[in-house]
Amino acid sequence: MMVSLAETIGKRTLQAIDHMGKMAIFLTGTIASLPFPPYQLRRIVKQIHFIGVKSLFVIVLTAAFTGMVLALQGYYTLRKFGSEGLLGSAVALSLIRELGPVLTALMVTGRAGSALTAEIGIMRIGEQIDSLESMGIDPIKFIVVPRLCAAILSVPLLTAIFDVVGILGGYLVGVKLLGVNAGVFFGQMKASLEWKDVANGFLKSVVFGLIIAWVCTFKGYFTGRGAEGVSQSTTSAVVLSSVMVLVGDYFLTSVLL
Amino acid sequence: MSDRSWICEPCGLETLPAPEGKPVIRLVGLEKTLDGKKVLDGVNLDIPRQRITAIIGLSGAGKSVMLKHMIGLLRPERGQVLVDGVDISRLSRKELYHVRRRFGMLFQGGALFDSLTVYENVAFPLQEKTNLGEGEIRERVLSRLAQVGLEEARGKYPDELSGGMVRRVAFARAMVTDPEIILFDEPTTGLDPIIRNSILNLICHTYHQHGFTMVMISHDIPEIFQWSHNVVVLHDGKVIEAGPTAEVVQSVNPFVQQLIRGDIAGPVHLM
Repeated sequence: MMVSLAETIGKRTLQAIDHMGKMAIFLTGTIASLPFPPYQLRRIVKQIHFIGVKSLFVIVLTAAFTGMVLALQGYYTLRKFGSEGLLGSAVALSLIRELGPVLTALMVTGRAGSALTAEIGIMRIGEQIDSLESMGIDPIKFIVVPRLCAAILSVPLLTAIFDVVGILGGYLVGVKLLGVNAGVFFGQMKASLEWKDVANGFLKSVVFGLIIAWVCTFKGYFTGRGAEGVSQSTTSAVVLSSVMVLVGDYFLTSVLL
Repeated sequence: MSDRSWICEPCGLETLPAPEGKPVIRLVGLEKTLDGKKVLDGVNLDIPRQRITAIIGLSGAGKSVMLKHMIGLLRPERGQVLVDGVDISRLSRKELYHVRRRFGMLFQGGALFDSLTVYENVAFPLQEKTNLGEGEIRERVLSRLAQVGLEEARGKYPDELSGGMVRRVAFARAMVTDPEIILFDEPTTGLDPIIRNSILNLICHTYHQHGFTMVMISHDIPEIFQWSHNVVVLHDGKVIEAGPTAEVVQSVNPFVQQLIRGDIAGPVHLM
């Protein structure tokens, strides 16, 4: 009984290490191929459209309601201490330092990351990746690199949009609905916000873009057999990249603070 | 078809003389295990230059795995894959990509890119791997599409095509770079007899026009014997018969005879 349990734990541990090793090799290979032509600029632009432009609606919607609920909750909490004037800085700091990068990453994972995995997975089971290989075309360069570059460029831009829309949502609820003075709202925001906060949020969003593209393309590239394999890969890509974003957020925050 | 006859019976074109010299592909003691199962178990095989070689065998015999080794899509655990004497299983990725320029491959389901039109699919290897100008690419693509009878379908997407049309587009794409060797993974599986024969006829015609070395996995037994110079029979990861078609057809091996006749009774009991 004990031997069997130890065997199972050992097997799972080895599988996990093997999986992490494969992921690390996959990322290293992808990054190593970045400096070399062909640069796939057209494909990067196409992927920016897919990951970035097509995610705009969901990002704007999520950002607006996040900012609004932050203002609502923040207002009633701050009012207990007579500090309603700090609402602007509370909303802005929460969004720029934390919620903007994290929620953008989670929304992009759900909308675009899952689609990336499914698309690449279908290419794998339809032998399109083997077909590229047989033509002497590096599939990593052709499939993975444009998506990785596009995610690293798109997620920070989407995060910036999330932050701005979120602050506007907070402004609508805080100033227009709850009656906080507009000058105080923006004045406190300006006073408390530093460039370091913006830079940290930006850095996080770049890392999250990398995580999403890395995990989702990896899961698609090494998908299992058939439709079930693609479905499992898609689910595990969304779960793993969401968890890695949240875990990564903690460690980045602790380093950057 | 036979090496001695000068007129190909099925397509009526003159057969190319058998070239002298070493085989273009040589598999030596090839072994491969996938998911714990030994798929190739010491395969030794020579693929002659400028001939059509058919590989036959039961499903799961290792035919596709063997074909993928020939182009370096899979690497063996043991043994060698020699392409004109160079062991491609030991090459770096870059060197392997260079060797693959000599190959074209038609995959079982066609493996066309869904987001590209028929024209773009066929043009793809030329755009990605050559420095040809747009005009020359267009000329070559249209010529290949005309060869497979699909010039009119050039603006269509793969999901608008029938199974036979998909295979023809894939064939046009496989030969657009003028490779020396074309590998076919079940080019006619799932097609009706008329389309199947028209694709085999197309392959045969193309062979006579260009003199490619062709290796073709097929389940079309006995029809495939008409269209190939040589036949290889694979069973349980081993080559059990290989040689000129006429000799393999006359084989005394009971499994080969069971496979050719499609008998339920014989050395292999599936149920």
